[in-house]
Amino acid sequence: MSRSLPASLTAGRRLPNVWDALATACVFAGLVALVHVTPATLQPIDAPDAVAVTLDPANLPEYALRTTLRMFAALFASLVFTFTVAPLAAKSRRAGLILVPMLDILQSVPILGFLTFTTAFFMSLFPGKVAGLELAAIFAVFTSQAWNMAFSMYQSLTTLPPDLVEATRAFQLSGWQRFWKLEVPFAMPGLVWNMMLSMSGGWFFVVASEAITLGDKSWTLPGIGSYVSVALDQRSMSAIWWAILAMFVVILAYDQLLFRPLVAWSAKFRMELTAGAVAEDPWVLKLLRRTRVLSVVLEWVGDVFAGIGRLRLQMPQMGGDGAPRPPSKLGDAVFLAVAGAVAAWAVYLIFNYVASHDVGLADLGEAVGLGLITMLRVVVLIALASLLWVPIGVYIGLRPEWAKRVQVVVQFAAAFPANLFFPVFVILIVRYHGNSDIWLTPLMILGTQWYILFNVIAGASAFPGDLQEAAKNFHVGGLLWWRRVILPGIFPYFVTGAITASGGSWNAAIVAEVATWGDDKLQAHGLGAYIAQATTDGNFAKVVLGVAVMSAFVLGFNRVLWRPLYAFATRRLTL
Amino acid sequence: MDGKTSLTTLLQVTGCRQAYHKDSTSDLLVLDDVNLTLNSGEIVGLLGRSGSGKSTLLRIVSGLLKPTAGDVTWRGKKLSGPADGVAMVFQSFALFPWLTVAENVELGLEAQGLPKAEREERAEAAIDLIGLGGYESAYPKELSGGMRQRVGLARALVVHPDLLLMDEPFSALDVLTAETLRTDLIDLWSEGKLPIKSVLMVTHNIEEAVLMCDRILVFSSNPGRVASELVVPFAHPRNRLDPAFRQMVDDIYALMTRRAPKPAVAVQTPAAEAGFSTPLQPISTNLMAGLIETLAAPPYDGHADLPALAAGLQLEADELLPMGEALSLLKLADLADGDLHLTEAGKQFAEAGTDDRKTIFAAALRAHVPLVAAIRRTLDERWNHRASAVRFRDELEDHMSPDYAEETLRAAIAWGRYAELYSYDEEAAQFSLEDIETVA
Repeated sequence: MSRSLPASLTAGRRLPNVWDALATACVFAGLVALVHVTPATLQPIDAPDAVAVTLDPANLPEYALRTTLRMFAALFASLVFTFTVAPLAAKSRRAGLILVPMLDILQSVPILGFLTFTTAFFMSLFPGKVAGLELAAIFAVFTSQAWNMAFSMYQSLTTLPPDLVEATRAFQLSGWQRFWKLEVPFAMPGLVWNMMLSMSGGWFFVVASEAITLGDKSWTLPGIGSYVSVALDQRSMSAIWWAILAMFVVILAYDQLLFRPLVAWSAKFRMELTAGAVAEDPWVLKLLRRTRVLSVVLEWVGDVFAGIGRLRLQMPQMGGDGAPRPPSKLGDAVFLAVAGAVAAWAVYLIFNYVASHDVGLADLGEAVGLGLITMLRVVVLIALASLLWVPIGVYIGLRPEWAKRVQVVVQFAAAFPANLFFPVFVILIVRYHGNSDIWLTPLMILGTQWYILFNVIAGASAFPGDLQEAAKNFHVGGLLWWRRVILPGIFPYFVTGAITASGGSWNAAIVAEVATWGDDKLQAHGLGAYIAQATTDGNFAKVVLGVAVMSAFVLGFNRVLWRPLYAFATRRLTL
Repeated sequence: MDGKTSLTTLLQVTGCRQAYHKDSTSDLLVLDDVNLTLNSGEIVGLLGRSGSGKSTLLRIVSGLLKPTAGDVTWRGKKLSGPADGVAMVFQSFALFPWLTVAENVELGLEAQGLPKAEREERAEAAIDLIGLGGYESAYPKELSGGMRQRVGLARALVVHPDLLLMDEPFSALDVLTAETLRTDLIDLWSEGKLPIKSVLMVTHNIEEAVLMCDRILVFSSNPGRVASELVVPFAHPRNRLDPAFRQMVDDIYALMTRRAPKPAVAVQTPAAEAGFSTPLQPISTNLMAGLIETLAAPPYDGHADLPALAAGLQLEADELLPMGEALSLLKLADLADGDLHLTEAGKQFAEAGTDDRKTIFAAALRAHVPLVAAIRRTLDERWNHRASAVRFRDELEDHMSPDYAEETLRAAIAWGRYAELYSYDEEAAQFSLEDIETVA
């Protein structure tokens, strides 16, 4: 299927047009900005302007740009991670045995708690350079994005349609060709969707990780997050509004320029052959398709990639690849022995560490107690948010003309890093002397409640029209309608949203249970505050303990509550 | 019919009109001036092609939909909102997957606020009546299609409705299951075991209508109107092989194809742009070719009686008629009085090889489908040989509802592609002459 020259090429229609000019301008502006910012990371950390952040709004565009670049660097790293780890876990049975549970646990670990360690690690890699701090920030974002992307790809790779797999084998595609022709395209819609969720969460972490405290030292990396933290120290409300405005612009641009086109594009990899109702293409995609010079360039890039995909590289033969081979008993035994040894060593290390820093049972008890308090917060918040958003989501979702527009706004709200709004709440609490234990709590769900609303709207819009008609025809109304008709109908969607919201809330606890405004310091009782406090004190042993306890809570929460609920929802409540 | 007293008249629909609102031109009609009277003790069938608005009428009668104009009188009162004493059986069953069979059946009783004991007793009775005993605690997904529709029936019967509405209730079932359900239902009805006074059913299956109904209203399409009304004189149980039964099926086929050579085109717009206002159905070219081959070969030898053809191909009238109409639109066959003959062009098509077939098809398209001709003309005239589909869709939407416009455009795309008159880029929504050999 070689592409012959289109007949129209000779007609001279590939002259640049207005769209080309527009698109080219955007591309070059991006490049210029990149070149402008990059050298700054190689400056020594003590250089006067390397890490100083001023509150002049004129600097905000640069800060915003640097924040965004960190974000994309992390996204790139996550993609690399996804494309290596997920195929490994899916194709090698043995690697899968270890990688899959590991990803699952990493998903539940509150990464903000680890910021301290990773910063120390990266600082030691680049002693005295800003690059160390940059990498630490990027790593923080990476850890918030990579796991669910890898997980999504792993799931796609293990559920490949068997007929297509047989087709690739019948036509003797090499492992490499099969990867690019079948596996990646099949995984694409799920991956893009998870990237979007990851990015939304990522903004939160990039903002949180720019102002880093390491023991008694603290640094700020130029960016929106550090701008806000300086504003907090200097009690500058106007600066905070400026930062919110800048972030608004950034998220709007990222949403419009990157994600809408990406989602629309990934739709073509869906497995349905029937042409479903397709939303209109976002304007950026239209622009890309209308430009002539740019589409030639893109076509060329596409051809190069397609060429790479056509190479007859043999992937290393592994268990799940091609015709399955019987597993070798000896290989398994060796593998298990090694894995067991590593695990034993890890347990020994932890025990040793804890023993040498004399963290005792009392500390564990304290952490667990505080964990229970934070858990109570999460439960109450999820319940309150559900009470509020489920009826609203149902109302909107059943009105298609509203649902579409509201979905866009909600997606936007979910991507907006809620921590930028924390100061506004803190000021109110300080002014009205509110109880921190109560009034700091809503901050935990500020950014994550949108997932509930988003999913409920999606569920209500997908509610079958014939069931609605049946309910009306049999005069089912009022409470009976909620109980028998709509709530079971949206439940699977609600659970999906609530899982995301509760996971995010645990994470947010670390930044939400402690808040400062100049010299005023607000602190709630909870595991998040415990970890934050231990970090400020430079007490690594307590940080480890706190993070471990929180991970255990999140994991337990998932296993005991959400998984069974989700299993029930998919088993009973879907046709 | 006027002689009957108002006591037995359950439902009266007068001057019912349902319009789809379109701001650029006049409203597009789905139903136009439909009148319907329904009396106690009869089963009435609404028979018509898809798009004839019969399901819309059913929803108007049930009060789920408010007509644009006209009145619905139910048990002597003007209807507003979902009607009491009317229960519906859905084509897609519309069972709640999270409720068991018993809970699904009890739903309507629960909505009426009946006490638990009475609910259970009545649900049990309905479940037993409809042959579902033993399945009370099963979830719908554990049941086969036929059993699911039985649940749908039980759920409707349990509220003891005066009127049972059925929206193509058997069309999602396989032939054997559908037949069992039909005869079971008719047996119960004839024996007077059903707690209902009257049935109104929508169907596109002619035999089903003749088998079950006392009166049949045949709908014409676009806009939907009652084209004719027939009384079925046979007593239950009816025999499909009875010559009188066959004759009636034949007559209805003839009735439904009577206007076919000039499909209901210029009903709403004057002939000025008649070409654009013909809605097309995206019938696959493979189906058309297959039908032509079948017609050309024995036993038909170029001429077929539609009911026989439908039986031979195991197609329902609703599936066969659009194919026949597409062929007759392209003048590859003639469709009249319930018969289908191949024309000269059709015979040539049947004998030709792949490339010649495309040539014949292309010629037929350009001669008889103005939309396709217009697209190709536009492409020939443009310097870059490209044209956006949006523009044609907009033009079509001036004459028909967006759904029809979409279907018509899809037909034009598929047929033009097969005939190699133009190519179409789905992502850019653009017609072009790329990869098309332009013969001067």
